[in-house]
Amino acid sequence: MKRQLLWVAAALCGGLTLTACMEVEQVSSLEKQAGQTVKRDTNPWSNEPLAAGPKWNKGDRTSWEEQIKKRQLAQHEHRRIYQ
Amino acid sequence: MARMKFLCDAERCIECNGCVTACKNENEVPWGVNRRRVVTINDGVIGAEKSISVACMHCSDAPCMAVCPVDCFYKTADGVVLHDKDLCIGCGYCFYACPFGAPQFPQAGAFGLRGKMDKCTFCAGGPEVDKSEAEFRKYGRNRLAEGKLPACAEMCSTKALLGGDGDVIADIYRERVARRGSKGAEAWGWGSAYGQPPKGAAPAAPAGGKS
Repeated sequence: MKRQLLWVAAALCGGLTLTACMEVEQVSSLEKQAGQTVKRDTNPWSNEPLAAGPKWNKGDRTSWEEQIKKRQLAQHEHRRIYQ
Repeated sequence: MARMKFLCDAERCIECNGCVTACKNENEVPWGVNRRRVVTINDGVIGAEKSISVACMHCSDAPCMAVCPVDCFYKTADGVVLHDKDLCIGCGYCFYACPFGAPQFPQAGAFGLRGKMDKCTFCAGGPEVDKSEAEFRKYGRNRLAEGKLPACAEMCSTKALLGGDGDVIADIYRERVARRGSKGAEAWGWGSAYGQPPKGAAPAAPAGGKS
């Protein structure tokens, strides 16, 4: 009986020792994903437009995107010259 | 809105370095740091010389973001890849990871001392109050917050360098190539960079000039 208890105790100790060799599973949580550390930048459309410059409604992403798209299309010389 | 991108038309780039100068001037980039540069291959070889303006390409799956040990990179809602200089430790991992050589390090001081990383911001500033002095000193001008496009693209005299929403500039480039007569090799070359001449007209480029 005493011998059996010793075997069980030894097995338990062996099991506990082996748990130290386990590899912890690495899960990519949202906080650990790239770009999650820096969160304090603001969006360009949240700014007031300059007095002399392109116009959009402050905080309105759609109007900002519309005006910047017009500016992007101005890079197309065929449209800029012929229209 | 898709993602902000740069596109450089190698057939139009005349290696004037106007984009490099515009970037330097607009963002007051210090000596030794080049956010944008013009790369030329086959320099001096008639018909084979090509130039392209290169800076941060604001990758969709940016390797610099993946390797940064302090996670100082982030992506804006427009897909511009930016970084926080307060977090950057100047380790240089991003420099080795970037296929375009975009990350730059100011080297002031002894023993090859490396400062905090600097790179093209698509003229979108950084994580400071928009259009503030602190933002300008650390990251340069925030032209997007002023409703403008990057200075390099807007200053390009031949419109070789296009900047803006990837879909929009891809459409511009596609139409441009179609005008050149996109049947393969004919789409390329200085003589056709601004469109094919009407049939029967004199050739656009003199013989022996750039292809």
